[in-house]
Amino acid sequence: MKKRIANWGNYPTIESYEQKFSFTGELEELIDKNHHFIARGNGRCYGDASLASTTISTVQYNKILSFDTEKGIFECQSGLTLDSILEVIVPKGWFLPVTPGTKFITIGGAVASDVHGKNHHVDGSFSNNIIDMDIMLSSGKLITCSPEVHPDLFEATCGGMGLTGIITRVKFKLKKIETSFIRQKQIKAENLEEIIRLFEEYNHYTYSVAWIDCLKKGRNFGRSILMLGEHASLVELSQTQKNAPLQLPKKKQIVFPFNLPSWVLNAFTVKAFNFLFYLKNLKKEINNVVSYEPFFYPLDAILHWNRGYGKNGFVQYQFVLPLAAKQGLIEILQRISDKGLGSFLAVLKVFGKQESIISFPKEGYTLALDFPVKKGLMEFLDELDEVVLKHGGRIYMSKDARMKAKVLEQGYPDLEKFKTIVKKYNPDGRIHSIQSDRLFLTSN
Amino acid sequence: MPSILILGATSDMALAIARKFAENKYDVQLAARKTEPLKPTQSDITIRYAVYCTLHTFDALQFNSHESFFEGLNPKPDVTVCVFGVMDDEGKAFDDWSVTQRMIDTNYTGAVSILTTIAKYYKSQKRGTIVGISSVAGERGRQSKLIYGSAKAAFTAYLSGLRNKLFKDGVHVVTVKPGFVYTKMTENIELPKPLTAQPAEVGAAIYSAVQKKKNVIYVKWFWRYIMLIIKSVPEFQFKKMNL
Repeated sequence: MKKRIANWGNYPTIESYEQKFSFTGELEELIDKNHHFIARGNGRCYGDASLASTTISTVQYNKILSFDTEKGIFECQSGLTLDSILEVIVPKGWFLPVTPGTKFITIGGAVASDVHGKNHHVDGSFSNNIIDMDIMLSSGKLITCSPEVHPDLFEATCGGMGLTGIITRVKFKLKKIETSFIRQKQIKAENLEEIIRLFEEYNHYTYSVAWIDCLKKGRNFGRSILMLGEHASLVELSQTQKNAPLQLPKKKQIVFPFNLPSWVLNAFTVKAFNFLFYLKNLKKEINNVVSYEPFFYPLDAILHWNRGYGKNGFVQYQFVLPLAAKQGLIEILQRISDKGLGSFLAVLKVFGKQESIISFPKEGYTLALDFPVKKGLMEFLDELDEVVLKHGGRIYMSKDARMKAKVLEQGYPDLEKFKTIVKKYNPDGRIHSIQSDRLFLTSN
Repeated sequence: MPSILILGATSDMALAIARKFAENKYDVQLAARKTEPLKPTQSDITIRYAVYCTLHTFDALQFNSHESFFEGLNPKPDVTVCVFGVMDDEGKAFDDWSVTQRMIDTNYTGAVSILTTIAKYYKSQKRGTIVGISSVAGERGRQSKLIYGSAKAAFTAYLSGLRNKLFKDGVHVVTVKPGFVYTKMTENIELPKPLTAQPAEVGAAIYSAVQKKKNVIYVKWFWRYIMLIIKSVPEFQFKKMNL
């Protein structure tokens, strides 16, 4: 049965024949039966990376295969979500080595997007922690790969948007924690200059990210809040926290029941930001110990917050610019602020070094913000792409729903190498998405 | 620790039942025709819930093997859930006796065979709970569920008789009529949302029915009333309907 589906941005939406499997044998049958397809997890990439007229959903292929609580090695099927993983590992004193801003993604998606987190400058992206994984190719053959075994397949699968095959199993290293709490530091920055300086000053912190007010002009252009964190040690906890140092956060969730006009979400984020900036944060700096949930996943508490952008959906625009291109960052922020099409809030982060052929992160500043879909937006984003390219930057495919093929080509110098590997493992292009068609990654 | 036996452990519903009981610290015995594909489920349950989970080969159609299958279980389960069942194409079944027979043998004869074996043991022990997953399709014969419905009707009658027979021995029998459930079996059918349960809801409903010793449960409560209406249509009218 064809269903209307969309990823997190609710843009684009397409009719897709979505099929699930619970056992490896069922996946073999699906691959055999369907001529064209793309794997899809929890639909938390933003754009069209996991959309196609036929999708193979991994969400029921979600079993834990092994967990070495001594060494911190975890192995599972690709449809398991980070949320479920945390529930199992945190009480045993382990944490995800890298986590994006939502825990509602599958592990297969984490690999296909090679997700990064607030600790990229210290720990790199998710693929750094993979020991090995299995990929089922479009031929039905199951291949185990790692940085040593079939390294080309491994490299092109990390960040490869699912185009090499269907990721079925991932084994990866966890991070040891003494408590489930985060020792957090929030610092206010009056403008962009200051926040950039603060990032440098505090680069020894494991976790760092900033919220930037995109609308402020003049002296306070780029005013922001830097959020830093470290896993708290036992002695840093309060007396009540000490009673259950590895406790899971309580589930408190609000659901956005239906699509709302886009100003609602903006009003919400404005309020949240101002609250932190003015009320809670009268001092320049605050320090406290909080559960990992609000620190890593502040928006997960509001289920379906994407509905806040209305039925037309939104595009999240995320790019990275080299450290030397600070001017580019200013130029882009200025254009966004002048145009007034974007969300009020943007997320800024500094990436560390990374060598990979198709993963998004590379050393520099990365900025992400939402744009509700409306007239004139696509043209404006094309203009921004030009600025990004001019300064040697690139765009994140997991967020993308609209970039042109040449923007990808210029941003990713190893793209040809990637295409060659995809061609080797997915020779007839049976695995493809509407994104890969648009970006000429697969030939159809 | 108490334990639960799940007969027909490969379905989405079976997994949900297993998880719910494991979450409540039951050791889990998963029985299916092929156990190899269940290994990931086994590791998942063991790691998530820190209970024992074992795999057992069981074929509902091999009636002669049922006694030795149950003898081989150690420990004997406190709760047995019969989940297996098959819903074939009724058109095919009408034309091909072997399809009809397979449906009857799986949904009725096979279920009666294994559950009678287990009922004898529970009776001797004066304790135990049997849960049978029957169907709303068994409440009134309809052309679209001709064989499936009649086999489930027979199974429902068996469960009710068994409940009656074992009551004085302290053995409890639960009949479950799930209604529509979102599973792979129904993936390509458009189902009415309010009448359709998630497998996890079925698991939770069964767990609670076992604890509270309920007799007959529907997972979504309005099914009881829908079936009441369907059962009250006079036969002279019902036979003309396209159901």
